[in-house]
Amino acid sequence: MIKIQKLRFAYPGDKLVFNDLDFLYEKEQKIGIVGPNGSGKTTFFYLIMGLLKPQEGEIEIFNKVRQTEKDFEDVRRKIGFLFQNPDHQLFCPTVAEDIAFGPLNLGKTHKEAREIVSRISKLLGLEKYVDRASYKLSWGEKRLVCMATVLAMEPEVLLLDEPTAGLDERSTHKVLNYLKQDGPSFIIASHDMNFLKTLTDKIYLLNGGKILY
Amino acid sequence: MHLEEFAEGKSFIHSLDPRIKLISLFPFIVIVAIARGLTVPSISLMASAILISFARLHMRPLLERLLAVNLFILFLWLILPFSVEGRSIFTIGPLTATSEGISYALTITLKANAIVLATIALVATIPIFRLVHALRHLKVPEKLVSLFFFCYRYISVLHEDYSALHNAMKMRAFKPATNVHTYRSYAYLVGVLVLKSYEHSEKVYQAMLCRGFRGKFPLLDHFTHITRKDFIFFVSMIFVAACLVTLEVGNHFWGLP
Repeated sequence: MIKIQKLRFAYPGDKLVFNDLDFLYEKEQKIGIVGPNGSGKTTFFYLIMGLLKPQEGEIEIFNKVRQTEKDFEDVRRKIGFLFQNPDHQLFCPTVAEDIAFGPLNLGKTHKEAREIVSRISKLLGLEKYVDRASYKLSWGEKRLVCMATVLAMEPEVLLLDEPTAGLDERSTHKVLNYLKQDGPSFIIASHDMNFLKTLTDKIYLLNGGKILY
Repeated sequence: MHLEEFAEGKSFIHSLDPRIKLISLFPFIVIVAIARGLTVPSISLMASAILISFARLHMRPLLERLLAVNLFILFLWLILPFSVEGRSIFTIGPLTATSEGISYALTITLKANAIVLATIALVATIPIFRLVHALRHLKVPEKLVSLFFFCYRYISVLHEDYSALHNAMKMRAFKPATNVHTYRSYAYLVGVLVLKSYEHSEKVYQAMLCRGFRGKFPLLDHFTHITRKDFIFFVSMIFVAACLVTLEVGNHFWGLP
């Protein structure tokens, strides 16, 4: 489903992040990625989403080589990406609108969008937040809302960057339950080995610009 | 930072439909802005004061805002009375104050306060996202509305960033003084803020792309129907505006008071 070959990436004027990176993700796999700070976990996700472009190498997603912005538009519809910082993801006046933003962009009707909002907010226990301004919530609440905005797109795969950072036990539990039961398959980057162990089939280590199995 | 202090309230004005408030404000402001002389500006200032009293706002923040506006106008009072030709009233050194100059400055003062008061009464009493929706429902171009909203939204983010950094500085025993260290530290603070905001905007854009953004802002909420109260308010505002127009035109052509 996601096949990366000989990927090479460096931020301009900075040292190499990835050199000759190979990675294969197959349908319905649930995998975790661990790695020290600055090992490129976030960068890796950005490359898959097409937010960064590699200097060399090939990214093949859903059996198609992705290079241009247009190629990635399609990728972004099917892969949901949870940013680390919720302030980067939320910008609408209300929580409901933030959740509906993705579905409406995908051409859903207002009625459908509303249904998605109520379903997702119920799933994550956000019912009482939907009419509040998203930027006035606490960090943990914002992270949950972000999760909701990503799930609202009904993605086939989730890329989660530290999904439990800043969440209390109850919310972590909610996210965990969802991912365990009826959620889509996912790739999670996290420091939390225990969290990863309970959720994933495989854990990869990202270090020194390579993925180790 | 609290930018919506006037938006919270339960007065008659607060309960009106935001779209109605916006469209009834518009003709009023245009007339006040183009009026000449003293009659129309003073009457409109009174009208604005009545609107403000309907909105039942806290006096202190209101006066603070008016003070900010009038500080600007103070500069006009320093210049205008001496730079408009006319009948001289008194002289200070080489400068001669004219009655025309003074009445001109007075007109501007009345107009500015009338417009600011009416805007506070009718626009500042709308919570920001209702305002954004109202603008979109009134078919204001999407780009302008987004620009306005993002400005508002990121002023508070910037301010939060600023307070966090400033607190972090204080936690490390920073005390502002008149020395190079202080100037440099503040310069760093501003520099980091600029970089942060740039990066922030980039990340927000990327996050939007990830959710299928292609240049359009969908609108989820719809307003309910206009009520009778809204209608009555709209009609009375139009009536006031019409009266002001009549006065202004009468003033202009037939020299009415």
